[in-house]
Amino acid sequence: MRHTARRNRLRRGGLVGLAVLGLVAATGCAADISTPTLTWYINPDNGGQATIAEECTAEADGAYRISTSLLPNDAPSQREQLIRRLASRDSSIDIMSLDPVYVAEMANADYLTPVPEEYIDEFTDGVIPSSVESSTRQDELVATPFWANTQLLWYRKSVAEAAGLDMSQPVTWDDIIDAAAAQDKRVGVHGIRAESLTVWVNAMIESAGGSIVENPDADGAAEVELGIDSEAGRRAAEIIEKIAATGVGGPQLSNLDENAAMLEFQSDSGGFMVNWPFIYPATKAAVEDGSLEQAVFDDIGWTLYPRVDEDEEARPPLGGINLGVGAFSDHPDLAYRAVECIRTPERQSAYFLTDGNAPSNLAAFDDPAVQEAFPAAEVIAESLAASAARPLTPYYNEVTGGIQKSWHAPGSVDPESTPARSQAFILEVLKGERLL
Amino acid sequence: MKAKVSNRQLGETRLGWMLSAPAVIILLAVTGYPILQAVYFSFFNYRMTDPDNRFVNWGQNYIVILTDPLWWQTVGVTLLLTVVTVAVELVLGFALALVMLNALRAVRPWVRTAILIPYGIITVVAAFSWKYAFDLGTGFVGTWLAMPEFDWFGDFWSSFLVICAAEIWKTTPFISLLLLSGLAQIPGDMLEAATVDGATWWQRMAKVIIPNMKAAIMVAVLFRTLDAFRVFDSVFVMTAGAQSTATVSFLTYNQSISQLQLGMGSALSVLLFLSVALICFIFIRIFKVDLAQARGE
Repeated sequence: MRHTARRNRLRRGGLVGLAVLGLVAATGCAADISTPTLTWYINPDNGGQATIAEECTAEADGAYRISTSLLPNDAPSQREQLIRRLASRDSSIDIMSLDPVYVAEMANADYLTPVPEEYIDEFTDGVIPSSVESSTRQDELVATPFWANTQLLWYRKSVAEAAGLDMSQPVTWDDIIDAAAAQDKRVGVHGIRAESLTVWVNAMIESAGGSIVENPDADGAAEVELGIDSEAGRRAAEIIEKIAATGVGGPQLSNLDENAAMLEFQSDSGGFMVNWPFIYPATKAAVEDGSLEQAVFDDIGWTLYPRVDEDEEARPPLGGINLGVGAFSDHPDLAYRAVECIRTPERQSAYFLTDGNAPSNLAAFDDPAVQEAFPAAEVIAESLAASAARPLTPYYNEVTGGIQKSWHAPGSVDPESTPARSQAFILEVLKGERLL
Repeated sequence: MKAKVSNRQLGETRLGWMLSAPAVIILLAVTGYPILQAVYFSFFNYRMTDPDNRFVNWGQNYIVILTDPLWWQTVGVTLLLTVVTVAVELVLGFALALVMLNALRAVRPWVRTAILIPYGIITVVAAFSWKYAFDLGTGFVGTWLAMPEFDWFGDFWSSFLVICAAEIWKTTPFISLLLLSGLAQIPGDMLEAATVDGATWWQRMAKVIIPNMKAAIMVAVLFRTLDAFRVFDSVFVMTAGAQSTATVSFLTYNQSISQLQLGMGSALSVLLFLSVALICFIFIRIFKVDLAQARGE
């Protein structure tokens, strides 16, 4: 008896449940059928891109819906995942947040839908030149600059003052190495065998007036010409050699990445450091949670990336994200409408405020809220304007892999042999004659 | 003279084939097909993101690999890592197997569980734990050993030591488990007879236990050698191949997944496959490992 009653209850409950599900499905389906969903593959951030996706979905008023899909943490893994999907012509990839260094490779493989004519002016006017350059392949705009990143020279005011350095004027690598060495302090650089080593080497070669790849538009790996074995390459090697030889790189030099360099900079041995702007919010947060003293935070200053030679302007590194539209997307037109919505200067400054990622559009820096939240904003804008992208070649992965192999460990770098050896090695790898 | 096969035996044989056929077919499809495709790709100069420039270069990839010092260096590192870890694991694993066998009945389940915990941890997670323990920034080992300024991942030998330690910690339980099954198979009366005859502990070990465990030992060594030769996770997590610690698997990964050089990567996978096959051949033919005997058949 009891069993029958229970069974009936269960059955009734089940029917109600089914009816509810049916209603939900019916309404949901109605919306889904008329509204195409665009998938935006985003790199991990503080949630800013997901917010933008929601805002643009609301703004589209039923024309499209953006759903985000999270990519792995580091740029090389993001590239691996995207390329594997694109190689199998994945139509679910509508919009991608791309590290600028992979744009050329993806465009060369025809994985990107180039920017339609009607958007070109809008997407490039008032945008940092190196960011536009990194979205361009063989004179065609193949991606859209979204946010840009650059490295600054962070310094401890007390150390600079004791060394008598005027940080309001441009300083050179030699200046800061000597200042740190004299006071037994450190110069934070990125000596780990990873992408950050290439970022560093590239910035120094560019600052010395050279380029790692001289013909980024070359077709075919064997056609690539390199400029590592040059005076600029030797100058870069001299700086690395000096950092290792004077000991200012610290005992962890060959494994120092951005985060480790920051921790070292915040310690008592901190002197100078080249690093991305996340240093400011990260240090502020450390003070707020009590793991760092306020005095350390107050002692930190920032300025433009150090020069290689006194009379030649520095070319700081460029990072950031460009937006690509997948070549196999079912809705490339809608995807570009969505990109137009995502990359507005207003959204870029809002994104800077929530996630700390600097805009690629210079107008976004004028936002008073940005200037209040990021005291370094002005220097960041100046640094971005002077920045140089890493080689924009489809064969970037071989180039960076070769640099990481031949310029590591920093202690083994020799200005006489490293640039020549590095260049010969990368050329052999590009021709398929050497393993990497 | 060959014994006449009865109808029933024939039927059973046929049934056996039919029962195992689906598994054999699926296995061939999921292993045979990729292997053949890798062999095919290995004769191409083929970069996944540059399909227009793909061409057949016949054996060029193999010539490049076999004449490249990097290949021989990775083979050397892999062999060294294999020999060191397997040797240490064998000794430690044997000791742990003895502990597991002889522990008091009350604590035996606890001892076995405790010993097996490292084996239950995912290799990547274990590798990260070891990396963070030794890392100069986050690590505590340097402070324990009164070397707070020593960068463990700063040169080959110290990096190699940490990688070996992580591998040994992680897989010794596996070896000890295999050895425990061998130990448990030794008849108790044989050991009793040896004791009655006045054999010392060492004599029992050398004359009774180890000879009777030969099959179990060889199987454990074979499995671990094959595993160790393919080591990837620890190297990937701890050094990413820096300080010349790249192994053959890491090199293969680098070529195929990072560089997307499908031709060169496939050639490396084929060579890795042949190396593993060679190890199996050496063990089974030269050391006469009897896999069936180890299972107690």
